[in-house]
Amino acid sequence: MSANLRKGVGSDAARLQRSSRLSRLLKRPEFGALSGAILIYVIFYLLAGSSGMFTVQGLIEVLQVSAEIGILATAASMLMIAGEFDLSIGSMIGFAGVIVGLASVVYHLPLYLAVLLSFVICAAIGALNGWLTAKTGLPSFIVTLASMLILRGEAISETRAINGYTQISGITASDPNSLAIPLFGGNAGQGLFSWMAHRHWIESNPLGQPIIAGIPASVLWWIVLTLLATWVLLRTRFGNWIYAVGGEETSARNVGVPVDRVKIILFMVTALSAALFAAIQIMQVGSADTLRGTQKEFDAIIAAVIGGTLLTGGYGSAIGAFLGALIYGTVQMGIIYTRSDADRFKVFLGLMVLLAVLFNNFIRRRATLSR
Amino acid sequence: MKPARRRVLIALTLGLSFSLYQSAGLAEETIKIAVVTHGQSSDSYWGVVKRGVDDAARLMRANVTYDAPQTTDMVAMSRLIDAAVNQKVQGLVVSIPDAAALERSLKAAVNAGIPVIVIDSGKEEVEKLGLKLYVGTTSYFDQGMGAAKRLMAAGVKKGVCANHEPGNLINESACDGFKKGMDGSADRLEISLDPTDTASRINAYLRAHPDVSGILALGAPSASNIVSALRQSGVIGRYKIGNFDVSGDTLAALSKNELLFSFDSQQYLMGYLPVVMLTLNARYGVLPISNIYTGPTAITSQDVDRIKILSRQGVR
Repeated sequence: MSANLRKGVGSDAARLQRSSRLSRLLKRPEFGALSGAILIYVIFYLLAGSSGMFTVQGLIEVLQVSAEIGILATAASMLMIAGEFDLSIGSMIGFAGVIVGLASVVYHLPLYLAVLLSFVICAAIGALNGWLTAKTGLPSFIVTLASMLILRGEAISETRAINGYTQISGITASDPNSLAIPLFGGNAGQGLFSWMAHRHWIESNPLGQPIIAGIPASVLWWIVLTLLATWVLLRTRFGNWIYAVGGEETSARNVGVPVDRVKIILFMVTALSAALFAAIQIMQVGSADTLRGTQKEFDAIIAAVIGGTLLTGGYGSAIGAFLGALIYGTVQMGIIYTRSDADRFKVFLGLMVLLAVLFNNFIRRRATLSR
Repeated sequence: MKPARRRVLIALTLGLSFSLYQSAGLAEETIKIAVVTHGQSSDSYWGVVKRGVDDAARLMRANVTYDAPQTTDMVAMSRLIDAAVNQKVQGLVVSIPDAAALERSLKAAVNAGIPVIVIDSGKEEVEKLGLKLYVGTTSYFDQGMGAAKRLMAAGVKKGVCANHEPGNLINESACDGFKKGMDGSADRLEISLDPTDTASRINAYLRAHPDVSGILALGAPSASNIVSALRQSGVIGRYKIGNFDVSGDTLAALSKNELLFSFDSQQYLMGYLPVVMLTLNARYGVLPISNIYTGPTAITSQDVDRIKILSRQGVR
């Protein structure tokens, strides 16, 4: 791929060599993450194959957890490719949720306006993060660390001052027919699932409804955003700019790439992904909580790194982030199904992540060096 | 890294993961129960709950897991409940700190025919959601009222409820109960978790209100802040002080008679009893029909030595 060319791997002679379809697949940068994902599924099939994880509802729940991480990871990996970090993602989720909650429950705005308002405010804060990073030249790590603290504190204090309590419930109930509810928290293919339940392909509850209502909207958002990000990164001028900024910022500036604008836009994208995450959780559970999204910034970065995005910038892909989120989400849920002691949860999580990354790295190196 | 060495590392990682899994001790025929709470077992309060869970699991030879979200994230907690439902556990034990966020998952558990016992928080949800019963303390309102009765029995005519979390609904209701228990002759004082801040506020308040002789603190840290503040200003002997929750500091204050009583919720029982009940329910179909109140029980200076020993064993 073009990323390898930039890193100086492979010459024109090697690039123009004819290769079989299989070996071309093996050489794609995402193949490492793909094989890591397959490995994780094989391991959990061996450990917890009969536990209920590999039923339709078990897998949909795994996808749902992965989707939430993946929505953030897609945005985070684009920003990381451009060489920056956003540590404020987690706090931004809590903050966006509070905006939606206060706007709809306390100030009686229609739900779609409340969500729109949260998107606009979050994008503005993201732009501020980007502007501060670009203009001051400070590491984004520090700038967004500050906004991480400010946003969480602001969310807690405003909510307590206005609402008296740091949870805001009854959000979906305030505007039950709003289109925002199915758009962010609905399920697709309900008819199909009812039909499958009717044919006894999936289980029904005692009320005769299928045990899973459909494919959650979050999963569809995840897939659409991954495709969109892949298109932007590989097929547009803006995508080239992102790789250029992360690869060598000074050279990029010298050839006329608007480095500051690229960074500001990408910080707005991560902020928007956090607002989307908040909207999805609110529409699913109906309430907001100032503590939502705690530590999600790390989940996003971890998933991006598992998916092959380099911490140093200039290299990575949206498909990789997708697979990284799938691996991380699967491990998180899978461990519960193994019924191992919860005190060891983090040991197991760490080992699984390490295993997936080592395997991913091993496969990718073999593939890229074997030309 | 050389390929050979990397292969060894991968094999080691795999091996370790498998051995961890093995040590979890999975047996097919035993009864499966899941405990999902909002408190990590590294927390001192919830560590005691988990100790109760583990002891009961050993006694009943049941396969019991204890899970809690890594951060206070109600959505993550609802996913843990979903996973338990998918595993078709024969019983589920949950705490419900935020009913709105957990309602959907709990309904799914009920619809799947899984008996659910609520512990620690969420008593009001038992009937609303069709859950089995509640094992935990009485409401904060009742606890506030109980505390007032104890202070009055010790001769207090007028009391003050020191609230370190103004705005927290549960704490507000404890102060309401306290006022009702004192027949209306009780004030409310806002303090914080900061010792200096607490000291200045409580001293100023007590100087301005010489008729107040009883104090209720709503947590162990704020109780020890108040005790040390009054100790420093040399007026500790004039007041009867009670508090919610037990800690090393409050036990020390009890043994010096600086505290009159501490309410203990006996959370070991919240872990132990539901596991026993749900195992019996899975085996013989029997289950109590009413809530079980584990607390509050009042700890006084006479109980301190015994409790210190048990606390070291992780049961109190």
